[in-house]
Amino acid sequence: MKTTITEKQPLVARRSFIKVTALAGGGFMLGSYFGIGEQSAVAQTTMPATMPTTQSARNAAGDFAPSAFIRISPSGVVTIISKNPEIGQGIKTSLPMIIAEEMEVPWESVIVEQAPLNGAFTGQVAGGSTAIPSNYGRMRRLGATARTMLITAAAQTWNVPAEECIAEDGVVVHTTSGTRATYGELAAKAATLPVPDEKSVTLKEPKDFKILGKRIGGVDNIKIATGAALFGIDQQVPDLLYATYTKCPVFGGKVSSANVDAIKKMRGVRDAFVLEGGNGLGAGVAIVADSTWSAFKAQQKLQITWDNGDKATHSTASYTEQAEAFAKASPQKEVAKVGDVDAAFASAAKTAEGMYFYPHLSHATLEPQNCTAQFKDGAMHIWAPSQNPGSAQDVVVKALNIPKDKISIDMTRIGGGFGRRLMHDFVVEAAAIAQKLNGPPVKLTWTREQDMRHDYYRVGGWHKLKGAVDESGKVVAWSNHFITFGENSIDRAGNGANVGADEFPNRFIPNYNLGQSIISSHVPLGFWRAPGSCAYAWTFQSFIDELAHAAGKDPLEFRLTLLGEDREVPGSGGRGRPYSATRAKGVLKLAADKSGWGKTLPRGQGQGIAFHFSHQGYVAVVADVTVSKEGELKVNRLTAGVDVGPIINLSGAENQVHGSMIDGYSAALLQEITVAGGQVEQGNFHNYPLLRMPDSPAVDAHYIETAKEPTGLGEPALPPTAPAICNAIFAATGKRIRSLPLSKQDLTWS
Amino acid sequence: MPKYTLNVNGEPKAVDVDADTPLLWVLRDTIGLVGTKYGCGMSLCGACTVHINGQAIRACGTPVSAVGSGKVVTIEGLAKNGELTPLQKAWCDHDVAQCGYCQSGQIMSATALLASNPKPTDADIDAAMAGNICRCATYPRIRLAIHSAAEGKKGVE
Ligand code: FES
Ligand code: FES
Repeated sequence: MKTTITEKQPLVARRSFIKVTALAGGGFMLGSYFGIGEQSAVAQTTMPATMPTTQSARNAAGDFAPSAFIRISPSGVVTIISKNPEIGQGIKTSLPMIIAEEMEVPWESVIVEQAPLNGAFTGQVAGGSTAIPSNYGRMRRLGATARTMLITAAAQTWNVPAEECIAEDGVVVHTTSGTRATYGELAAKAATLPVPDEKSVTLKEPKDFKILGKRIGGVDNIKIATGAALFGIDQQVPDLLYATYTKCPVFGGKVSSANVDAIKKMRGVRDAFVLEGGNGLGAGVAIVADSTWSAFKAQQKLQITWDNGDKATHSTASYTEQAEAFAKASPQKEVAKVGDVDAAFASAAKTAEGMYFYPHLSHATLEPQNCTAQFKDGAMHIWAPSQNPGSAQDVVVKALNIPKDKISIDMTRIGGGFGRRLMHDFVVEAAAIAQKLNGPPVKLTWTREQDMRHDYYRVGGWHKLKGAVDESGKVVAWSNHFITFGENSIDRAGNGANVGADEFPNRFIPNYNLGQSIISSHVPLGFWRAPGSCAYAWTFQSFIDELAHAAGKDPLEFRLTLLGEDREVPGSGGRGRPYSATRAKGVLKLAADKSGWGKTLPRGQGQGIAFHFSHQGYVAVVADVTVSKEGELKVNRLTAGVDVGPIINLSGAENQVHGSMIDGYSAALLQEITVAGGQVEQGNFHNYPLLRMPDSPAVDAHYIETAKEPTGLGEPALPPTAPAICNAIFAATGKRIRSLPLSKQDLTWS
Repeated sequence: MPKYTLNVNGEPKAVDVDADTPLLWVLRDTIGLVGTKYGCGMSLCGACTVHINGQAIRACGTPVSAVGSGKVVTIEGLAKNGELTPLQKAWCDHDVAQCGYCQSGQIMSATALLASNPKPTDADIDAAMAGNICRCATYPRIRLAIHSAAEGKKGVE
């Protein structure tokens, strides 16, 4: 027998910790550092007053390069660094607000700066509505740590007890004597003090908050209104080259041959070459030119013979056929089984059945995928609109075999994320081209058509549902045969293509079955705003409406009854999240109340209601619609009841709730990605439309601020919107919508 | 390559580009004004909206050869000496932007609307703004901002 001897590694974990640094000229900087174990003995370093803003400069400063969160200049300017990617969710405003609140600085005087990727910050991700719940406590403690140190500095300077000093509006005041000192005046002294244990610092009482919970405008508003905000696609670097990268329209196909020699002769073209791909880089043809337009024009002249592989037969029609065949049989796999649904169906007072379908969707961020990269002297620098730059770094390591510490990433403002930029195909492509060029910086820009045809799509799916209610109108059984997609797999559902065993209404119905069958497809799948929930909440909340109708109950009452007593239902088997019936009922009642639920309306008008719990947030939506006899739909109003705990920024929260609801409507009304010949058929906004101003409904948002730690709001208002609208269409017309998009359904009535 | 002298934000700009180059890419890559955005390249989304002689046009569908002596104004040319226009102020006051990518085009379309119709109705706004897509769906606040700029009000969001 062979024994493997592993050399013993010292048991030290790399961790980030808080450290103070003196800035030249008397400034103060509080940052988090990455180090080995306890590093309180690290000598205090004096950093230049202006910190390097690029990652490469930081790397040059060594392993203990600080990732500053707070800087105070001797003149009193407070700069707060925002570590997370800004995709329009407002995090560049809300995280600094939390620090400023605890620091006791007036918001108007704060300057916010975007951080680059730096491991010491941790969690530099925009995804899953997680930034607020995972950073709220941490940002508060950081702000409070700075405040505590400034108060200590003042107390020591004045030789008075710290308890007699308070901080307010960027000034420390000695309450008994009235002596005052600004943060700028105290910065140099504070920078010499030991950092208190961040767990020991006193946090403010929420009732004393001056910034949190208020309406605060985005920190980049003026830049955006004047065209000065720089997105990924706007990065300008001296001697920049411009690139396109053309991949096989059939996903996964390879390049057999390409007319790169002819392309290289075109005016404005500097280079053209084939990249074989592999390790996360898709095969394709790169064109490098002296302007975006030269590159786009040359791309039009590309003649490529593709090796499509065996996937060119895939089509939406064949997927539909497979789904229909699956629906006739038992599910391939059992996901959840509670009680005995068959017995319950046999003895039930009333049953309902329906087969639901929703299509694949594209993210269609308005800023197409793009990335700028420069590979020089063995080091790769990247300017990327990425929702997860740490993961971008990892995929570049893997694809291009460049050591991680040689890859630095600047995080740009991002023209929409919606989950698209959690995947980094475009980053790897730009980096691969830069590596080949070996020297000059290059910006890769995808055309809109490439963006739509090379997405990681929101998965489509089918649900064959059957439900039963008893005499009293209570749901007694629910079975769901969920037919979904795997990425080239019949065993594993793809990204966003699962329904969790605990997903509602499981745990609220005595007999419950969830089975799954998987269609293998080569279409890449990804995470689209509220992954999973964005699709199945529509199905389940529509079908609950069918059951309410079968039971002859009001849709709101029926849902409140289904949720039952006010309580928190634990996750089954110790897994899954607890589900608060109290909070779900709370948002239902709030949305109903604010929308005037229960109005008697003439035929052709209707109200619909739906609710969903996702990303730790509870949201209910009431839709008010009008449908003409000719089938023309107008959504008049969408009203949301929201419980994500305390609201950080009222203005930002409202933007997210409004935007999510309209986005949910836009997708349900208009959008569908279809496949023929193994390729996506849609390419631009004429055949993949987005909702426009004239169709945009009135929207409003109302909150229950349950006293809990706040949770994120980038996603949870989207899932309940489409079902609320479809339930309202049913109320208006008697037509049950079981297939999306709505624009393809016949809504006429007489 | 042909040479053109464009009038951009009141300044002459000599450029040396192919005749078919869309104004969008001349602005962005040649002149370096990147506030005008690329969204679709097919005059479908409005992200590239600029003014030529006060008219809102799609820079992605306008070849440089067609610009002639027309006065081009981009988002960077609205504010004078750092002073935002009332519409730009309303955009900030109402915290309209989410990701912000469409907003240059939205503001250019709205600016042209108010220049020709100082007190637009909701229907006027719908008609004038229908060519500008906002993927983040900031439409309710765009409407509010246009109304409040038209009424000379400060935002009361
Ligand atoms: S980029 Fe010109 S309209 Fe879309
Ligand atoms: S604000 Fe994101 S596209 Fe309009």
